[in-house]
Amino acid sequence: MTKAIRTNEQVREAAIRGIGGYRPARAVPNAEIVERIDSSDDWIRTRSGIASRRWANDAETVVAMSVAAAGKALAHAGITPDQVGCVVVSTVSHLYQTPSAAAEIAHILGTDHAAAFDISAACAGFCYGVALGADMVRSGTAEYVLVIGVERLSDLTDQTDRSTAFLFADGAGAAVVGPSEEPAIGPVVWGSDGQYLDLIRQREEWREALFAPEGPRIPHLVMQGNAVFRWASFEMAKVAQQAIEAAGVTPADLDVFVPHQANMRITDAMARAMKLPDSVVTARDIVEQGNTSAASIPLAIERLLETGQARSGDLALLIGFGAGLVYAAQVVRIP
Amino acid sequence: MASTDEIRRELAEIVNEIAGVPAADVQLDKSFTDDLDLDSLGMVEVVVAAEEKFGVKIPDDEVKNLTTVGDAVAYIERAGG
Repeated sequence: MTKAIRTNEQVREAAIRGIGGYRPARAVPNAEIVERIDSSDDWIRTRSGIASRRWANDAETVVAMSVAAAGKALAHAGITPDQVGCVVVSTVSHLYQTPSAAAEIAHILGTDHAAAFDISAACAGFCYGVALGADMVRSGTAEYVLVIGVERLSDLTDQTDRSTAFLFADGAGAAVVGPSEEPAIGPVVWGSDGQYLDLIRQREEWREALFAPEGPRIPHLVMQGNAVFRWASFEMAKVAQQAIEAAGVTPADLDVFVPHQANMRITDAMARAMKLPDSVVTARDIVEQGNTSAASIPLAIERLLETGQARSGDLALLIGFGAGLVYAAQVVRIP
Repeated sequence: MASTDEIRRELAEIVNEIAGVPAADVQLDKSFTDDLDLDSLGMVEVVVAAEEKFGVKIPDDEVKNLTTVGDAVAYIERAGG
């Protein structure tokens, strides 16, 4: 027998230690959108809860927004970039196949050669990243993991598509996952259901879009709204309940509910299906921000903290769900 | 098996809970969209709640044929609710 391999020494607990967001400067109210999609402010508000959304300008790149959000999260956590052992970036709108956004972000932030990679888990990406980060911290793979959800969905949105043009938006949110005395990130309940891959997807692959006979075009996001609504509202309520049980708590123990800000109607239907007590504060960042996919949960947490609706130590249920279809939920303590 | 009026009454409770429409307004001749002001997302919610309540399956293709409360009650009756 050869010599035994040494592994990381101990299993420890993990927590989200800091949160930060970046919202693009330009707010786009419904009034700017309604004409292109033959709609109305009232229709958009009723259908989605959205009054306004943020769209990034040319300087607000995926990397630039991520660096801004990450800087705030690091400051909130009280750590410096050289303490970050791994950078995980969830995005579907960093339009380079390679290199990753994560490697560039890790470099610009000034980490000490942190491991860095991107993941593709659409609107579930932040919760996927938190699950990965928590496992890395627990097992000693990294001391601190920077998890970033970032999107420029406006680049992939057909501005004349009535089912998506009012919905998708841009922004970045970041979390620092680090060691903790107490368990502060519950078990993730996650999965995928690829039979529904057509419900939310790019219309075609890049090669088809670039070499289309009529000239190159963007392979826009397309969505079957009602089918997504049904799946998200009811199937995801069950997943959320499983995450609550897995953490050994009850709905009455929760202080805040932070679902992916997909659509206010989904949030409301999910809360109703879960029979959440009225005492649980529900994140409604979508009203002013739109649907920012992987960025929406950290942005919503940041807003809850800024407005005093959530406080450090609160128990929060997070659930992300989206194209794939993929989903992930966990109960965490708010940093 | 539930009577037509029992199904209507239970459906009315569902519509009331989801859309806030007074249960008494949910009569067989009422259109979900035109009279009760449900949009397509509200309709999805009503359908899912009805499926659970009556133990029936209402496929997406069928939902667009359910214009009135009477259509829905008749479908649920046929489906064995």
